Amino acid sequence: MARDLSSAVQSRPDAVWSAEGTTPDAIEAALRELVKQRHGENGGLAPARALNMIAFVESRYRGEIANRLAGVGRYHASRLVVLSYDPERTRLDARAVVSSDDDPAEGELGLLRERVTVEIGKRHLDDLVTIVDPLVVTDLATLLWSPHGHPEAVDALLELAQTVLVDSLDDPSWREAIGRACELRSRAYVVDLAWLRSTPWRERVAAAFDSQAMRAELEKVETVAVRHHPDSTVAAMLLVGWLASRLGWNVSPLSANGGVLTGTAGVDGQKVAVRLEQAPEQEVRGLESVAIATATGRRLGLRRGTGGLRARSRDAGGHEREWTILGASRGESGILGEGIRQSLLRDPTYGPALEAAEAMTP
Amino acid sequence: MAAVATTEPQNPLTAGLERLPVAPTTLVIFGATGDLARRKLLPALYNLAHDGALPERFHLVGVARRDKEHEHYREECEQSIRQFSRRTPHEDVLKRLLEHVRYVPGTFDDASVYSRLEGVLDRFEEHAGEPLSRAFYLSTAPSFFPVIVEALGKQGLDRHEGAEVRVVIEKPFGASLAEARELNRRVLGVFEEHQVFRIDHYLGKETVQNMMAFRFANGMFEPLWNRNYIDQVQITAAEDIGIGTRAGYYDHAGALRDLIQNHMLQLLCHVAMEPPVSFTADEVRNEKVKVLQSIEEPIPEEIPGMAVRAQYAAGHAGGEDVPGYLEEPGIPPDSTTETFAALRLEVDNWRWAGVPFYLRTGKRLARKVTEIAVTLKPVPHLAFSQDGSLGVLPNQLILTLQPNEGVSLRLGAKIPGSRMVIRPVHMEFLYGTAFLSQSPEAYERLITDAMRGDATLFTRDDEVEAQWRICDPILRTLEHTRGPLSQYEAGSQGPEEATDILLPEQSWRAI
Repeated sequence: MARDLSSAVQSRPDAVWSAEGTTPDAIEAALRELVKQRHGENGGLAPARALNMIAFVESRYRGEIANRLAGVGRYHASRLVVLSYDPERTRLDARAVVSSDDDPAEGELGLLRERVTVEIGKRHLDDLVTIVDPLVVTDLATLLWSPHGHPEAVDALLELAQTVLVDSLDDPSWREAIGRACELRSRAYVVDLAWLRSTPWRERVAAAFDSQAMRAELEKVETVAVRHHPDSTVAAMLLVGWLASRLGWNVSPLSANGGVLTGTAGVDGQKVAVRLEQAPEQEVRGLESVAIATATGRRLGLRRGTGGLRARSRDAGGHEREWTILGASRGESGILGEGIRQSLLRDPTYGPALEAAEAMTP
Repeated sequence: MAAVATTEPQNPLTAGLERLPVAPTTLVIFGATGDLARRKLLPALYNLAHDGALPERFHLVGVARRDKEHEHYREECEQSIRQFSRRTPHEDVLKRLLEHVRYVPGTFDDASVYSRLEGVLDRFEEHAGEPLSRAFYLSTAPSFFPVIVEALGKQGLDRHEGAEVRVVIEKPFGASLAEARELNRRVLGVFEEHQVFRIDHYLGKETVQNMMAFRFANGMFEPLWNRNYIDQVQITAAEDIGIGTRAGYYDHAGALRDLIQNHMLQLLCHVAMEPPVSFTADEVRNEKVKVLQSIEEPIPEEIPGMAVRAQYAAGHAGGEDVPGYLEEPGIPPDSTTETFAALRLEVDNWRWAGVPFYLRTGKRLARKVTEIAVTLKPVPHLAFSQDGSLGVLPNQLILTLQPNEGVSLRLGAKIPGSRMVIRPVHMEFLYGTAFLSQSPEAYERLITDAMRGDATLFTRDDEVEAQWRICDPILRTLEHTRGPLSQYEAGSQGPEEATDILLPEQSWRAI
């Protein structure tokens, strides 16, 4: 049975409520009460109303996920609903926390964030929507994240969410990861952390071909070579898929040979040799280097470096130069935060890049 | 003045990217050791570097009077960044950024400074193997603006084969209409208008840009946004602090020049402008200039009835006794510089004829707030008795720019109970509750835009002159008015005389 609400409510800094054997309605009522309580304590505190986030996590990894979410910096969801899954559980337990970073002074604004953890079991899976629906703020965009797989939960909760957060690098099979992302994309907007990790690379490739002189070179690209962490084939496929979709290249399945994928792409007589190769020496997930060469003899190379990407260019005359492109790594927490932020934006280039990647899948 | 037409094909790779590429650039800061450079420009550059938002090849050259080595200047840059950056610097990024910093010492009227500067710029390009765009940022005392611009021209640094050259000019852009015209003449004698970026850092604030989104992305306000429904508009930029350490600058400028001539007239333009055809630099600025041109140049006889200025006297702020303006360090005891100014302006066009626009700014007022209050006309007939109620007040839409950016709508609502008694309530929207991202610093946005050549958030030559055309006669008349300047108690709502410029039945909104 649920415990008495008023006695469970604590004072600042966090207002907390918990109950065993509770119901979604009781949890929602507790949330409302906690927000009211915090606002009553300090009129400058107002609930954030930017984004709902539903995280379906395995109970045993709940702490790890909590740490990852704590590290997203300022990109917290306004209301986070964590469904902590233990197949054996039969009772619905819940804990709600309403917190703020600080107590605002008079005339200032402080944001309240709401976190609900609901302990669920296998017997609740068929009723997930009825459990979660009362807990999300109506009319607010909702992001769904299931970092430990569980496609059955994702499928069930999709009707509540407009956006799904995935990390295609988490899937042991990169082919299946691409297929799964394509399938999800037909039902919701997909934010893929594997795609976001490549943003600085895409920005720099775009910048390298931004001048008028270099724009013409895009029609003369002859080779694209990408090296990547052994677990990050999807990231490399998405980068080449991005180039192909933006430049109108026709693509066909690549050939796999050990840790190397090769093939060709192109359009109207332009033939582009594509090579994706694993870089076993790389310790972090993502891309290790990108090299693009054109028919006029120009070459652009980007690779990871300290303080930013290291760029190397060779002009048509064969002169080579090297420099560092400034930029700090966002780290994995930063990438997750960026994924949460991106759920409220729409990137029109991911879908076509993903489709091209799927078409290149051997 | 016209935008440079372009038929260049778009880069297909930039679609979907939040950060658009910026051409390789060398930024030259004149006044590189000054307060603005240390507190704002250098931290902004670091944060752009941290975010990967600087051009892929970026160099910084500081130019200032004091003699010092490159290494010494780099150390000063590092210190400023560590002290004033909005985030803790990432050591590798900071180190790499500083590697590309050089220093050229000398006075701004010394021709050799510019030849040495050219040498530094050339060496960067030799190393890069390509021409780099050049952005000259004038962060100096205003008297040096024309000196530097003309010296750049003499040295041939106003053009660069295969790359862009731009000049960014800090405020104030002149201290009178005549000065602004003369400065425009001298600047445009060297650079073309599309190369000139006049800073009004207010325009770089997200809050000001949001006003355009508020007006032009929401259909519900437009039908009401005219003389038929709007009774008056009050624009307030109040500060609770005094002049702090800016005595030297402030006593020469005063409230009218410091805020009304530029920032507050810009806010007025954002409230009153017609929807631009597109959000290109010139379309937006064309509409703002039309608003300014719709405001008649004040004539001296009418100015005492439409403008008020005053100075703060000793009083109380934040629970402390605070000195009056004339007792502030560095202020001459006989100074007649105003710390408060209020104006009533009319925008004489089809949309706004007859609607007063009140502008009010001051130091040491009751609290810090920048807001625009749009008051609608009262309903034509009230069916409810007002007995026992606070009264039915006209609807008021308040756009708060700081400290808590938001929109508040005052409505009449029934007080719960058996009687039909109405009182005003507020429907509040706070931007901070609805977005995950924080607003970037205005200077980060403005520096990037200037390097990209996007002038939307910068003031055009005719715009700055149109602003001065309105303020110049007011300044001249008020500054030559005999008699003591009105005083107001520090921490108060401002001088009592401010009510003299209000139309009948109208009152100032409480600060």
